[in-house]
Amino acid sequence: MEPATHIPWIASHLWLIPLLPFLAGGVSALLPRRCRKLSAGLAIGAIGISTLLSFCALAESILRGLLPHAGRQWSAMQTHEAWHWLTEFTWFSYGTTSLKLGFVLDPLTAAMATMVSFVSMLIFIYSLGYMDRDKNFTRFFTFLSLFAGAMLGLVVANNLLLFFICWELVGVASYLLIGFWYHRPSAAAAAKKAFIVTKLGDIGFFAGLLWLYHATGTLQFYTPDHTGALEQATALAGLPGIMGLSLAGTIALLIFCGAVGKSGQWPLHVWLPDAMEGPTPVSALIHAATMVAAGVFLVARTYPLFQASPQVLTLVAWIGAFTAIMAATIAIAQNDIKRILAYSTVSQLGYMVMGLGVGGMAAAMFHLLMHGFFKALLFLGAGSVIHGCHNEQDVFKMGGVKKHMPVTFWTYFVGTLALAGIFPLAGFWSKDEVLTAAFNWGGGWFHKGPFALGCIGVFLTAFYMWRQVCLVFLGEYRGEKATVGHKQVGHEEAETQHETVPGVPHESPAVMTVPLVILAIFSAFMGFSGLPEHANLIHHFLSPEHAPHHVNWFVIATASALAFAGLGVGHLLYGVKPLAADEPDPLKAKLGKLRDFCRDKWYWDELYEATVVRFANIAAVVVDLGDRLLDGVTVGMGLLARGLSFINDKFDEHAINRSFDGSCGTVRLMGRCFAALQDGRVQSYLRLVAVAAALLAFWFFLK
Amino acid sequence: MSLDWTIYLSFLGSGLILCQPREQRDRIRWIALAFGAAGLALALGAWWSYNAAVPELEQAVKNAKDPIAAAFRIVCDVPWIPSVKANYFLAYDGINLPLVVLNGFICVTGILFSWNIEHRTKEFFAFFPLIGGVYGVFLAMDLFLLFVFYEIAIIPKYFIIAIWGSTRKEYGAMKLVLYSFVGSAAALVGIIALYVKAGGPAGAAGFNLLALKDAAFTPEFQTWCFPLVFVGFAVLAGMWPFHTWAPTGHVAAPTAASMLLAGVVMKLGAYGCLRAGIMLMPAGAKAWAGVIAVIAVINIIYGAMVALVQKDFKFVIGYSSVSHMGFVLLGLVTLNTIGLSGAMLQMFSHGIIAGLLFAVVGRMVYDRTHTRVLAELQGMRLYDIMPFAAVTFVLAGAASMGVPGFSGFVAELQVLVGTWRAFPWLAVACGFGILVTFAYTLQTILRAFYGERRTADEHHLREMPPISVPEKVAAVILISLTIIVGVYPNCLLNMINLSVNPLVSLLAK
Repeated sequence: MEPATHIPWIASHLWLIPLLPFLAGGVSALLPRRCRKLSAGLAIGAIGISTLLSFCALAESILRGLLPHAGRQWSAMQTHEAWHWLTEFTWFSYGTTSLKLGFVLDPLTAAMATMVSFVSMLIFIYSLGYMDRDKNFTRFFTFLSLFAGAMLGLVVANNLLLFFICWELVGVASYLLIGFWYHRPSAAAAAKKAFIVTKLGDIGFFAGLLWLYHATGTLQFYTPDHTGALEQATALAGLPGIMGLSLAGTIALLIFCGAVGKSGQWPLHVWLPDAMEGPTPVSALIHAATMVAAGVFLVARTYPLFQASPQVLTLVAWIGAFTAIMAATIAIAQNDIKRILAYSTVSQLGYMVMGLGVGGMAAAMFHLLMHGFFKALLFLGAGSVIHGCHNEQDVFKMGGVKKHMPVTFWTYFVGTLALAGIFPLAGFWSKDEVLTAAFNWGGGWFHKGPFALGCIGVFLTAFYMWRQVCLVFLGEYRGEKATVGHKQVGHEEAETQHETVPGVPHESPAVMTVPLVILAIFSAFMGFSGLPEHANLIHHFLSPEHAPHHVNWFVIATASALAFAGLGVGHLLYGVKPLAADEPDPLKAKLGKLRDFCRDKWYWDELYEATVVRFANIAAVVVDLGDRLLDGVTVGMGLLARGLSFINDKFDEHAINRSFDGSCGTVRLMGRCFAALQDGRVQSYLRLVAVAAALLAFWFFLK
Repeated sequence: MSLDWTIYLSFLGSGLILCQPREQRDRIRWIALAFGAAGLALALGAWWSYNAAVPELEQAVKNAKDPIAAAFRIVCDVPWIPSVKANYFLAYDGINLPLVVLNGFICVTGILFSWNIEHRTKEFFAFFPLIGGVYGVFLAMDLFLLFVFYEIAIIPKYFIIAIWGSTRKEYGAMKLVLYSFVGSAAALVGIIALYVKAGGPAGAAGFNLLALKDAAFTPEFQTWCFPLVFVGFAVLAGMWPFHTWAPTGHVAAPTAASMLLAGVVMKLGAYGCLRAGIMLMPAGAKAWAGVIAVIAVINIIYGAMVALVQKDFKFVIGYSSVSHMGFVLLGLVTLNTIGLSGAMLQMFSHGIIAGLLFAVVGRMVYDRTHTRVLAELQGMRLYDIMPFAAVTFVLAGAASMGVPGFSGFVAELQVLVGTWRAFPWLAVACGFGILVTFAYTLQTILRAFYGERRTADEHHLREMPPISVPEKVAAVILISLTIIVGVYPNCLLNMINLSVNPLVSLLAK
């Protein structure tokens, strides 16, 4: 680590923020199962300190970047340029160079780190209550810490590779937590699906990473001498890439693939609703507030590359808008309380991506931060309801919960209005920013498309949220009152859960409701950090080089009207006359087949099952057969060798051996002839000698 | 004692065990472990001192006339068969030293994972150190000597698989031996051609690898000789389509032997490809790099896809080895620094990870459940019965998938960066191989350890012996290694770079 001297302490010690939860996770991984308190204490302590440090970082950044803009022009540092505090270190060397990693503190980091660590801390505390009776409590906090460490690492990374590493670790933690209740086959399957679908996007991300490294020779986002990968974006825009895009555009497109996977954008959104198989705090933390927003954060982080390519930005905008509206239509026809929220998350992530695409980076990040608060609130509220209703998740089997769980109801109510975008809650301001950015995006109907889709989405959002509130909290309880049992959905030892009257919902303990209240306060008031016009602190802070938009009363009026309309229609259908038990969804009568289409999630899963999955399976089987064939060739060659050996054997036996035997026979015969000569009688020898002498004499005589 | 004692110790240990009475099983085990550990200690000592000397050596390499040779530390160099100019020449540099260390680790953990062998214990442990002959292959810098050690390493494998193996063991053993011999026959032809071309017994080089690399073979000669040598060695590295020995061999072998096969023996092949192929014939390497790169990518994707549909737990791991060795071959033929050093790191990394995976499958699971059929294991939900094995396998699987934090990630990252420079489209294709790797690893984890309990025979499951101490120790050693290398890769990369850099400058000429 080479801390530069002129930067604040927190900027040179930024690595502490992810390291502490990592360490907590590492230590508690080694703890035996019974050390429940220690494990939870470590996790909460670590994330607590990280939160404090993040607030320090935020304070430093505000001092550095924001105050000059807030009207107090006392500082010489006032600038309209982006700024960063950097630290770097060498990870490994190769050849004559080395691969450097590093950390960056800039407004983006500070804002994101604060939100992530703060929400994580609240959810950790909430989990104390929610996971209270789970026998793998210790493991749960290990995984949560691992997740928080990786997520914060990703936020503070000044390097695409470090970002990717943390990105992958976040994916691993998500896998472990989705599959936490591994004895439910659906949870195991969902975990696997989440991992593989997001990995599909990661291939693109990784290819983009490799290409960026190849093209720029560095993966640092920013470097002190301004040669960082992002600082070369303009140069990359001048180089050719693929499909008629510039190199910057190509790399941006590849990186966007990763964001599509992680942030659940169409066509890779299918994993996110299934991920709700995990425990509810996990859904709140990972699959609503933080990890799924990492894709949006990735695009925001590498935004210079995107800005260098209008075509890619257009694609981003349309994918975001399509996802927003598609997921909203699916959400209106779901029955599972968590799935409604899951599709709502997909839809809201669509808004953020759309915001990025239409050039409103600060707007998208603003919505991301606000969404982090109110969606965490909603999920935790849903968890509290599920907890209170004895692990029931079907909203048609709830109802009237308001009476039994007042704190949960009022906080949930705030979250709902915030998500629906009702003045003056957080969602109102942030959604307004996104829609205004979309409205201002170029001319022509093509460029107004995302705005129009976004507006329809506002209506749908308000509708499905109010539908949910009516079904869950209003009317009479429709659950199985008298029955003793509850559904054994999650907690293994949940049998011990009946301190209260069986069948009647009960309010959750304070350890769960206090985080709800805190989140509700934030959801209500945080929006004021992003008031339009010059008071738009968050915009100045995140994106100092771009001036914020002026107030667009048309957008505000349209969005608000649509949101109220959504609430109204929802109230008409579900609120005026609360449903009785076993009464069908009134939406069925109104929408007919269209509702089935929405309920069945537009059949994306079926489509993928029939195409991609089948193709992959067939390909694997074919390759396996090919391998057997190859093995067969080997075996065949073995047989051939055996056959040849057999022939050789016969040849050997009959040809070579026989000829050998034959020659031997000849030799033997000759031997016998010669042997006959040597009969041992002196007379015969003498006769031979005489003949020989005669012959010799004759020979000499001739010579 | 210098590093050549790793070889002698292996053989001494083997001899000593043969002198023990066969009933003294524990004594035999401890002797094997002691000698294995001594070899490892020597290797680690050499690693420590070499690693500390890297900065000085870097200077030496920079100033030397022959930078490749300057990175070497010579262990011993004495004439062996003067008539053919073969020397007993052992030396190490940053390329083979990590492999020597790897061999030490696999040897020790292999002995620990074989602790429970009761069937002809004495013979098993007498054979086992013989595989220490592998130390010789990595250390030999004389081609003739290298070849002799190469053959020595193969014979004991045959017996170990044929006697202590399972599932068509004679077939697996025979196939392994035949493939290796066919491969080495091809390599031998190439080696003799190199030797003769460089002057034979009369020439200055003889079989000396470091001298042969300066022999300046003509490009035409290199073009036909390179594939002979490279493919000949690559057969043992599991190169497609000569890979089929690997899965059957791994499956048939007892745990320790599969660990050695996948962990070390496959690396022998790749190591031979580098030393005798690429280093001696750079022009040939350049001519064939594209073809071999395509084959390597086939290895990666094909191995992964076949692994996806296997029904036998051990076959999954067998094919995953084929797939991962593709990264080694691919890294080798990128012929650039990052790719080559990635290949070297992948050899080490895969050695450790494959050892771990085979240990879980063969020792922890199969020895207890007596089945490797995934469908049957699925009904047992082994996580409840042997959480240690499950966690080990999850970690090893994560390492094998290339999750950051484990050694596999750094290695594959380097190979892919190198590949992107040499053959961009192949790097993209590898991405799909990685995706399939994720698919089969996750699927196997789920099936083998987290299935739905179906077996009614709970009692039988509960009666399985718990994971023993030697197993735990060995597993912890291997897991720690892959994490250490994954977090701080410079512990190996510094020395690898030292030797790879001059090699690449040689290739650039």
